[in-house]
Amino acid sequence: MSAIPRYAHGSRVPPGWDEAADLSKDPSPVPDPATTDVPAALREQIEAHMALYPDSRSAALPALEAAQRVHGWCSPEAIEQVACVMRLTPAYLVSVASFYDMLETSPVGKHSIYVCTNISCSLRGADELYAAIDEAAGENADFNVRAFECLGACDLAPMASVDGVYVGPLTIEDVPQLLDDVRAGREVLPEKQLARRPCADAEASDA
Amino acid sequence: MKLLFDRIDEPGLNTLSVYEARGGYEALRKALAMPPEAVLNELEASGLRGRGGAGFAMGKKVSFLPKGAMDKYLVCNADESEPGTFKDRELMQKSPHMLIEGLIIASYAAGANRSFIYIRGEYVLQADMLDTALHEAREQGFIGENILGSGHSLSLVVHRGAGAYICGEETGLLDSLEGKRGNPRLKPPFPANQGLYQGPTLINNVETLATVPAIIRMGGDEYAKLGVETSTGTKLVSVSGHVQRPGNYEIELGIPSREIIYGLAGGPPEGREVKCWFPGGSSSPVLTAEDLDIPYDFNSLAAARSMLGSGAIIVVDDSTPILDVALKVAKFYRHESCGKCTPCREGTNWTVKMLERIDSGEATPMDLEIMASVQEHIMGNCLCVLGDAMAMPISSMIVKFREEFESHMQSRRLEPVHA
Repeated sequence: MSAIPRYAHGSRVPPGWDEAADLSKDPSPVPDPATTDVPAALREQIEAHMALYPDSRSAALPALEAAQRVHGWCSPEAIEQVACVMRLTPAYLVSVASFYDMLETSPVGKHSIYVCTNISCSLRGADELYAAIDEAAGENADFNVRAFECLGACDLAPMASVDGVYVGPLTIEDVPQLLDDVRAGREVLPEKQLARRPCADAEASDA
Repeated sequence: MKLLFDRIDEPGLNTLSVYEARGGYEALRKALAMPPEAVLNELEASGLRGRGGAGFAMGKKVSFLPKGAMDKYLVCNADESEPGTFKDRELMQKSPHMLIEGLIIASYAAGANRSFIYIRGEYVLQADMLDTALHEAREQGFIGENILGSGHSLSLVVHRGAGAYICGEETGLLDSLEGKRGNPRLKPPFPANQGLYQGPTLINNVETLATVPAIIRMGGDEYAKLGVETSTGTKLVSVSGHVQRPGNYEIELGIPSREIIYGLAGGPPEGREVKCWFPGGSSSPVLTAEDLDIPYDFNSLAAARSMLGSGAIIVVDDSTPILDVALKVAKFYRHESCGKCTPCREGTNWTVKMLERIDSGEATPMDLEIMASVQEHIMGNCLCVLGDAMAMPISSMIVKFREEFESHMQSRRLEPVHA
């Protein structure tokens, strides 16, 4: 049994939980455009997304993704900027960002490697593959290696999504090449990419 | 008979020119020349049942939308996240115009003027393909004001999700599309009455909408001749796990399951046998080797106390302990539970803990009963079926593999404890 994490005062509940909220304080306000610096390109992207929907709030996900591309993760600064453009409170956007797996709420490496470890992939050795990739990437801060839920590519099992590019079926032997390709900024394992894979249904390709 | 996968690998099929050269968008022209009610009649006559998981009659779903002039929405559910399912991915990547054409026709029948494709964020390539195809369709006047002079107008946005299984649940999807956390809503009201932005909303799966052009082309009655009476037409089946040729296959509904698993996908590797299989994604109750001759259609699988679901067959061979399968499945639903309803949030968590106790040798035989009762208490007691989606396969495993669970428990208990 692993030890239960506890705070310094010996409890599992964080300190300060029993202190009353300060009701005289303003609730988290919408950031002031005059004092919030938003990169022009990011602002433009967010506004373009907002214009697509009858209710501009629908753009929350695309906007957070855009900010994450700029900042690397949904940092307080990124949240502040999105909140400023969308006229929402930062707290609201944090609640949204923390719900979704692809929005990062703490700093991560710039290259994402999602290894699918769900049922179909794990039946074909995904857990070993994940361990191998995780070990080979080691402490390298450039990589964000994650065991991910089903990525919808069970025909490539075991597989990974490397910066959004699906590759598989992968073997442990592919791991060094895969990481080298990412480091060098090359196309990742081109011959194993989903984009090049024909349909399994032989009759579909005939005629 | 290939309707969706007909020459799917033809180079350039993702472009408008190739798609049109082989008859694409002709069904749209045909449909727009008919009154919307006639299009709806064709859909109803086809007997097409939703391909996303629930298997609800598509034509009926369209007819539930209120009539009259108001803002109505059509949402295509492309958040394909059910473990084992990858059919929509192949369709959107290789034939995005087929989906767009079907979507326009369905919006015409439903009287919807705004549409969205909610695609899971992980499908980067497929979303890009859709965006390009949408741009072409718009240039050609298939999307926009007064489409082909018919008076019907439609806007379409490809909306990318950000990784959450629950957003495949229709009301969770709607909340997510509104820019919120993807928590499911209480039903009723159903989306047909109050959905996106509180307006009447039709939600259909990618494959369902992509089938619409074929139905209009051949006529609903002709389409209904394919497959079997209660499950008409063809279906994309994603086969994965322990098979020699994993992949997507288009089958006519009602063929024996054995033909799919062994005939098309090549069966398990040499020397191994099928131990169990999920007929419709990891949410469906498992079946065993004895069930391989069940016809693959909605009602036959339901009669066998399982379901066709999303059409994802996951095959597990005899080299894998059932506990491993149960743990993988339970851990997935624990991770994806949104936490809104207690039975699901706590039930998925406790099921994982109890399975881990079996594996660590700490379980007592009574734990199997408790685990089975936890599953019963989840089913039907939550806003959405995510909890049920774990409870159904886990219960079926406890019933069908009880002896294996018990012997696993026993052998782990007798093993010397490792530090």
